[in-house]
Amino acid sequence: MLLSEMKEKQTATVVRVGGIGALRRRILEMGILKGTEIQVEKYAPLKDPVELIVKGYHISLRVEEAAQITVENVK
Amino acid sequence: MIQKRLSIALAGNPNSGKTTIFNNITGTRQKVGNWPGVTVEKKEGNINKSGYDLKIIDLPGTYSLTPFSIEEIVARNFILDERPDVVIDIIDASNLERSLYLATQLREIDCKVLFALNMADVAQTRGIKIDDKKLSELLAVPVVFTIGNKNKGIETLLKAAIELAESDSVTPKKRKVKYSKDIEDSISKIERFIENHAADSIPYNIRWTAIKLLEDDQIVKERVLEKTGKIGEDILREIDNQRNFLVDRFDDDPEIVMTDERYGFIAGIIMEALTTSTQQRVDISRNVDLVLTNRFIGFPIFIFFIWAMFQLTFTLGAYPMDWISSGINLFSTLLAHVLPDNIFKDFLINGVIAGVGSVMIFLPNILILFFCIALFEDTGYMSRAAFLMDKIMHLIGLHGKSFIPMLMGFGCNVPAIMASRTLESEKDRILTILITPFMSCSARLPVYIILAGAFFGAKAGTVIFGIYLLGIILSIITGRLFRSTLLRGIDAPFVMELPPYRIPMIKSLLIHMWDRSKMFLKKMGGYILAGSVVVWTLTAFPHNISYTKNYDLEIEQVKTYFQTEIEAAQEFDNALLAQKRDIAIAELITEKKAEKAEKSFMGRIGKVVAPIFSPIGIDWRASVALLTGFVAKEIVVSTMGILYAADEREDSEALKNALLSSGMTPSAALAMMVFVLLYMPCVATLAAIRRETASLKWMIFSISYSTLLAWGMAFLVYQGGTMIGV
Repeated sequence: MLLSEMKEKQTATVVRVGGIGALRRRILEMGILKGTEIQVEKYAPLKDPVELIVKGYHISLRVEEAAQITVENVK
Repeated sequence: MIQKRLSIALAGNPNSGKTTIFNNITGTRQKVGNWPGVTVEKKEGNINKSGYDLKIIDLPGTYSLTPFSIEEIVARNFILDERPDVVIDIIDASNLERSLYLATQLREIDCKVLFALNMADVAQTRGIKIDDKKLSELLAVPVVFTIGNKNKGIETLLKAAIELAESDSVTPKKRKVKYSKDIEDSISKIERFIENHAADSIPYNIRWTAIKLLEDDQIVKERVLEKTGKIGEDILREIDNQRNFLVDRFDDDPEIVMTDERYGFIAGIIMEALTTSTQQRVDISRNVDLVLTNRFIGFPIFIFFIWAMFQLTFTLGAYPMDWISSGINLFSTLLAHVLPDNIFKDFLINGVIAGVGSVMIFLPNILILFFCIALFEDTGYMSRAAFLMDKIMHLIGLHGKSFIPMLMGFGCNVPAIMASRTLESEKDRILTILITPFMSCSARLPVYIILAGAFFGAKAGTVIFGIYLLGIILSIITGRLFRSTLLRGIDAPFVMELPPYRIPMIKSLLIHMWDRSKMFLKKMGGYILAGSVVVWTLTAFPHNISYTKNYDLEIEQVKTYFQTEIEAAQEFDNALLAQKRDIAIAELITEKKAEKAEKSFMGRIGKVVAPIFSPIGIDWRASVALLTGFVAKEIVVSTMGILYAADEREDSEALKNALLSSGMTPSAALAMMVFVLLYMPCVATLAAIRRETASLKWMIFSISYSTLLAWGMAFLVYQGGTMIGV
């Protein structure tokens, strides 16, 4: 499943961070790596971007960026 | 005795409380400027502490030292090239894991690092306990707890920094990130290769250089090539071999694997040094966000905040603006009485004081605006605003945060452009700066009111609304156009932290506000003064004009004529006659002014440039008005007043009538409004553009683009309008 398909308040484990170049590396550097627990806190009122909780802090990604991240064990 | 100088750089993630600590250390003794060549704010301050002269440098807040953003490049180059005696890494204790990513990178560079575990109190209330001794031992770095906003631990931090600077401890080889075997093998191969071939010419720590080369770091690559010449190419070939091997081995780029492994190393430290009590506490910040970024009421609240900021800036700011303006008027009047009538007096009052005054009256607006922005930033609301607006702004190829500067543009472009500082990516910042002038500022409104009022009567409101809308539409088109041409490149990724809400410190807010306002006054003042002196000179010279009539004589004649009339008339007619006399005199004076303006250099220039403006239906008088509008757009109205020989008050029916009888058509009036909306920004805005883009090139570009666009659009409007017979 893709991170962008998750619903609010669901949690999951990151399987793979796709994408290319700087953006991909930036996402990794912010701590979104394979095996990281991630929770979808909420979508913005216009459905984009999405707010996530990762490693105890809040971060937002655009939905198109979240679509590069594959997750599993969605709860 | 000469005190020993030490330089201390503060590094850390954004929102780690770095600026608060910097403010606490340096107080008001700070210098704010820009880093050379870039628009990133540079702050430094000097203090004396236990016999040392400490120079504190606030590095830009970054999450990493991978040179992707301009901030990261600035921070890294400073540490590498300026070699500060100590780098203090300010770590948000409640966010240890992510903060340690930057920390491990700092440890890899060969510099003396010290950790400040900031906001220790917040961490504690969140049930996070950090074993500082363990952390210090695991990374071989001194660790100090601080609470920035309560000014706790700062003394200890500075002492520890001085101690570290004076110690001759070399950063131990151990206790740095250890990568997996294959990567370590590649690193040591590259290290050996460099040591054998070019050890002396590499300016940095060799292991660090090897790591960066392996990570395909373009800046380090270039630097190595530059320093080593021919051998550099061999080194790069060796790197390519190693990279290919690792890509083969891991099925991914080495830099990705290494990022992963750094976090693995950090996870190990976290396990040993950090304990979290499982007890769940109320997360206030999260609850606040339930309201502020709520699906239904998030936007209304956001609009309310923006509205409030607008009101404060332009409505509340109008009062002190009035006071300053009357103060300046009073001063001018006073000077007018004291000084003898001559050219110098005219220069002083209409050139210098009018020019400087036009900057000074903006000060209240600027102060209030920057206070509001500092409030948004320091509370953490700014990133929520970006979160809400990003979807819309992304359509123009911009970041959510661009919304605030663009909106401010409707008030005044100068603070709006300065507000673009809050954008992190330089491209976003430049793009925002380039399109902000299309937001029709309040100074342009009087021009629309006169023209639309005179030519469109009852439809004036709709026409003016249309002008504003045109500005917005053109800004969107321009944004998209530049995004896909001039300022191409990856859209700044919207990987944005939403930091917990914090109660801002009033001291920080005030420092923020004052620093930025001071910069405004200093830099803008010069430009505006110069601009208004030029325009004054052009309108005041040549001084000896041969008038077509002898106005002074005619005025005298009028006076004598009415004098005899009044004497001869009945008493009840006197008042009426006196009124007639005054009107006659006033007419002569306006006529004289008009002729003076026509024959001044400015008038001559107007006639020279008139052919340029005639295809858009603007005559020489309106052309001159547009030229003087360069100092400030509201001047367009008063210049038109002088040239069309009418009363110069903006609500004046006289000017409207004069315009109507001047042969201007409705389509010409509309073309002129469009031109005023779009043509080159006023001198203060240009100064702001020059300042914020740190480049003359962008300023000139902005002038040319907006003026050409203005002419083109006005041409379409005028020719189109004339064709359909309006």
